[in-house]
Amino acid sequence: MAADTLSRIFSALADPTRRDMVDRLATADATVNQLAARYEMSLQAVYKHLRVLEEAGVVSRPQGPQPRSVRLEAEVFDLMDSWIERYRRRAEERYRRLDAVLEAMTNDEQKEQHNERDR
Amino acid sequence: MNVIAEAIIEADPKVPVIRMTRDFKGTPAQLMSAHTDPDLFAQWVGPNNMTTKIDQWDARTGGSWRFIQGRDGQEFSFRGCFHEVGSNRIVQTFTYEGEPDGVALETIVFEDLGDGRTRMHASSLCDSFEGRDAWLQSGMETGVNEGYAKLDRILANGAA
Repeated sequence: MAADTLSRIFSALADPTRRDMVDRLATADATVNQLAARYEMSLQAVYKHLRVLEEAGVVSRPQGPQPRSVRLEAEVFDLMDSWIERYRRRAEERYRRLDAVLEAMTNDEQKEQHNERDR
Repeated sequence: MNVIAEAIIEADPKVPVIRMTRDFKGTPAQLMSAHTDPDLFAQWVGPNNMTTKIDQWDARTGGSWRFIQGRDGQEFSFRGCFHEVGSNRIVQTFTYEGEPDGVALETIVFEDLGDGRTRMHASSLCDSFEGRDAWLQSGMETGVNEGYAKLDRILANGAA
């Protein structure tokens, strides 16, 4: 799974309202109105949250009889492989910082070699 | 030889160990320095949004270490001993001071791939499966961990 797809999912789930929506949808599909009934916010704001989840591939609104219901895309979580993937991602971030340190070390060493040669 | 450009991680189902493998553009000697020189180590140990302060550092066989990571006035401290600092191998203990009874044994081996490249093999042996899984689930640097705990419950219930 591409790193940017993952980070989109992570950031979509970083919001407590959206996590609550996922929590609710894990029980069963729901219409936007049913979801909105849980929150003290405008329908427009609910749609906005759903759009973020939809764009990250966490939920979908399949074609069908109106009103269309919102469905949780369970395979997103399969792909994430839950916490192992999160751990791996943090390790990978750390190793990218290490990449940068190694690159700087190599550059410094090369500079030193050049200086010695020039002397 | 295949290049392991991104970290591979494996959580053994039978032993409470986390294994990681990754390739780096750098020699084993450079990797050793990046792990044993406190200034270099503090530059990458991260996470991105935290500062790392080295409190104690004696990267020799039998030495010890301690560092503190901070963000918004919150601090997290870690400590351990360098059990062995070899030429291409580091064995050390690792404790998060927030859970002082827990300790992991970390072994890091740098395999020379030639051509200025190194494959790092890291394993963390935890003292229990609970301890390992707590490690896997910890992630204060992402700042969204509370949310994930909830998501984990959903996944554990098999609802998702």
